[in-house]
Amino acid sequence: MDVFKIAYYLPEKILTNEDLAKEFPAWKAYDIEQKTGIYKRHCAAYEEIASDCATKAAKKLFAEYNIDEKSVDFLIFVTQSQDHASPTTACLIQNRLNLKPQIGAFDINLGCTGFVYALSVAKGLLATNDLNNVLILTSETLTKYIHPRDKSARTIFGDAGAAVLVSKNHQIGRFEYGTDGSGSEVMIKRNGAFRFPFTKVRGVDYDDGYGSITNDDFFRMKGQDVFVFAAKTAPKLVKNILLKNEMELEDIDLFIFHQANGFLLEHLRKKIKIPKEKFFVYMREVGNTVSSTIPIAMKEAIRAGRIQKGTKVLIAAFGVGLSWGGTIIEI
Amino acid sequence: MSDSHGEEPLLKYKVIMINIEINDLVKRLEEEFDEIEPGTLKAETSFKDLEEWSSMQALVVIALVDEHYDVPLTGEDLMQCETVQDIYDKIKSK
Repeated sequence: MDVFKIAYYLPEKILTNEDLAKEFPAWKAYDIEQKTGIYKRHCAAYEEIASDCATKAAKKLFAEYNIDEKSVDFLIFVTQSQDHASPTTACLIQNRLNLKPQIGAFDINLGCTGFVYALSVAKGLLATNDLNNVLILTSETLTKYIHPRDKSARTIFGDAGAAVLVSKNHQIGRFEYGTDGSGSEVMIKRNGAFRFPFTKVRGVDYDDGYGSITNDDFFRMKGQDVFVFAAKTAPKLVKNILLKNEMELEDIDLFIFHQANGFLLEHLRKKIKIPKEKFFVYMREVGNTVSSTIPIAMKEAIRAGRIQKGTKVLIAAFGVGLSWGGTIIEI
Repeated sequence: MSDSHGEEPLLKYKVIMINIEINDLVKRLEEEFDEIEPGTLKAETSFKDLEEWSSMQALVVIALVDEHYDVPLTGEDLMQCETVQDIYDKIKSK
């Protein structure tokens, strides 16, 4: 058994709580950290898009673990920020990473739950196609499409790219999935794709009722409703993951949830009754990086010695879609 | 109505219970707002007029209601509330 090989990339530009407090004087830098658990977020440069961050993460992964790029048998890119409407960005990345042409490559268009879903696809590919290595890349550059005056969203989200090499000898459990499209309005970037192209519709600024300004051209979220959704969904999700894998809460060594925001995570931890020492949070330095939060937290948990060979880790994600899912991995 | 009516003690009891519950909610909320001096929050206080009322503080209220009353108060519900009494009524209506 191998420990998962993970690397991640963070863009150079940093937005701290002091920067935010300067822009939005009603907020104090200290309070932002107290409430969200976040101190800084990274913001992709103007020319730097999601596939660039993902490619940089992959190169870091190859270098750090001395991986021959020709050993990659399948590529999955998780993003909602593709290079073009067509072709699939994963095809472009195959070329940019110099991966062999005898591989499959596609994108998974999911947000917060994207890594969990990619992992379940990787598990299936490895089991049924006699492959050795599936490379999962995740990246979003949400800071590009958050309204500059949407202080709530700007406080939470940061950009990143992550790379995880999933291999045949990894132990990945059974998955629990969930979807509720009736909640699509809770988190959405409504305009700019095919239903509402910018040539037809442009967003009009409005106040969300708490002084954050946004419009339909930007990614926006109803923070309170996200909270209610997560508080309702996550406990059942964890329960069902445990049931599917015939385990009890006590059997799990470490819980890694989608790192949505610190306040929400603490609420969920208490609600599900997970002991503090078994609940891993890594948000202070990076914020909510959407599909990269779980890989980044896994990497940091390995680095901190919280994950070793044989550690049973329950991963659970919930977010835009609405979508949720999770599994148990033995690392 | 006089004491001989069967309804009145029950009504009295209900009024007392509601007062206890509202006071409980008031106390819990009071702890979550830095700006409020202990003992000064009332059922009729408009919490939205407080300086520290924000999207984050709204989450605090939603979390509190979820934790102690197991009721999912939505963003829309909270928009319709002005006072602690309104929040209490929302919880009861769910």
